Amino acid sequence: MKEMICICCPMGCRLTVDDSDLSNVKVSGNTCPRGEKYGKEEVVCPKRMVTSVVRVEGGDVAMLSVKTKDAIEKSKISGALKTLKGVVVKAPVKIGDVVVQNVLGTGVDFIATKNVSAR
Amino acid sequence: MSVKNLIIIGGGPAGLAAAKSAYDAGERDILILEREDRLGGILNQCIHNGFGLHTFKEELTGPEYAARYIDEVLKRGIEYKLGTTVLSIDKNKRVTCVNEKDGLQIYEAGAIILACGCRERPRGAINIAGCRAAGIFSAGTAQKLINIDGYMPGKEVVILGSGDIGLIMARRMTFQGAKVKAVVELMPYSSGLNRNIVQCLNDFDIPLMFSHTVVDIKGKGRVSSVVIAAVDEKLNQIKGTEQEIKCDTLLLSVGLLPENELSKMADVNLSPVTGGAIVDDDMMTETDGIFACGNVLHVHDLVDFVSEESEWAGARAAAYIAGEKVNGDKVAVQAKDGVRYVVPQFVNRDGDGTLKLKMRVGNVFKNVRLCVVCDGEEIYAKKKMIVTPGEMETVTLDEKQTRALKNCKLAVVCLKAVKQ
Repeated sequence: MKEMICICCPMGCRLTVDDSDLSNVKVSGNTCPRGEKYGKEEVVCPKRMVTSVVRVEGGDVAMLSVKTKDAIEKSKISGALKTLKGVVVKAPVKIGDVVVQNVLGTGVDFIATKNVSAR
Repeated sequence: MSVKNLIIIGGGPAGLAAAKSAYDAGERDILILEREDRLGGILNQCIHNGFGLHTFKEELTGPEYAARYIDEVLKRGIEYKLGTTVLSIDKNKRVTCVNEKDGLQIYEAGAIILACGCRERPRGAINIAGCRAAGIFSAGTAQKLINIDGYMPGKEVVILGSGDIGLIMARRMTFQGAKVKAVVELMPYSSGLNRNIVQCLNDFDIPLMFSHTVVDIKGKGRVSSVVIAAVDEKLNQIKGTEQEIKCDTLLLSVGLLPENELSKMADVNLSPVTGGAIVDDDMMTETDGIFACGNVLHVHDLVDFVSEESEWAGARAAAYIAGEKVNGDKVAVQAKDGVRYVVPQFVNRDGDGTLKLKMRVGNVFKNVRLCVVCDGEEIYAKKKMIVTPGEMETVTLDEKQTRALKNCKLAVVCLKAVKQ
């Protein structure tokens, strides 16, 4: 049994999710079908997009913002952040440029989210 | 002295959207004045995702959202000056600004759009007792230090205020290796989005303490701890509930205030509730030819709504410059019964079309109807399962409803109970 707050709308329904059988997850406390879907996803395979920054060399700014191109499993957030440690990219950088490839074997890349010109 | 048809003060999301739409409405003589060395405003430091779901139907980070509008402005060849601070404006639409390259410059503008955003409430505005040690930052300052400058402001953190910036920074500091010990919220509810409470606090087991506040800050040279205490319904400290939390950093996320120092110089009338200008449905202030949009007008929840409002302001400013005149007769739109404010505060009787009213409520209400009442007659009502102070509400009136509003003596926006 897990307690959680649904994030689909401002109602913020308090969901109780029965995860004793992952192939037949039961959600209660939701007021609409979106809550049921959310509750199931959150216990079966919760995913998050991860955003952070890395250093950039020779650019018009000091830091380059990055994100995982898609959401990755929540349990891999901390590991994914570690792959950014010590990474330095050279300007110029364009939005979408790959910064770290295939993060922790997820098949998802960290990509740049800011255009940085060379100084 | 130079002459410019349209001067836009601020190159953040509001200024960029206003410039784009003014251009598309036919105005070509536009100048954006931006204080920072980069267009994009606060979005540049908001590196998290969640922007653009309304505008672009996809989820972007702040810098990506900004880049979309910067591209639109560059594509149109709209002139802008970076590193340029506006020192003053006056009611005759004279703009004085300064930068390193051009020195002091004075412009006579045909119209001005105020798009200068908001600033954070500082420690001084909330009267926390205690020492003046280093380690006390506004959440936005900490965000800039980490995301733009690459410095870590502290290791053990307490955050006062559970608005979205405070929540986002709890996660951000955690990502960078800090230990966030608690988020402390004075009110019994958060003004932040549920999504942020879940994904920024619950994901990392960061406690959120409602009806608590910081009553003392301790430390010599650097913050060493804060004392928090519970508060009663009247928000007064409950004696005996004090607890000390060891930390080296206190972040304040205690509200935003529209930045209207320039507006005051031009005798722009401000609303005591929003802290921004009083405007009509063209987003024009009560000072002729001066428009306002975005967070300088009222603090928005989503940047998408800033863009939408500012595009409208830009288009209306272009029409004003082109000589489109209204007769000046207006109907007041008032907020009542649970609704804290409505923007615009006045609607021109002239003109057709539809009308968007933006508002915030003063408390959490469940099962209510959001109503627009004109001279006692309800012309619009929408049932809401919940309304909260953290989320802006929008009422879109169709042409018939808009006409009814324009023809009445007094329009009121209010909450009514749903009849069971």
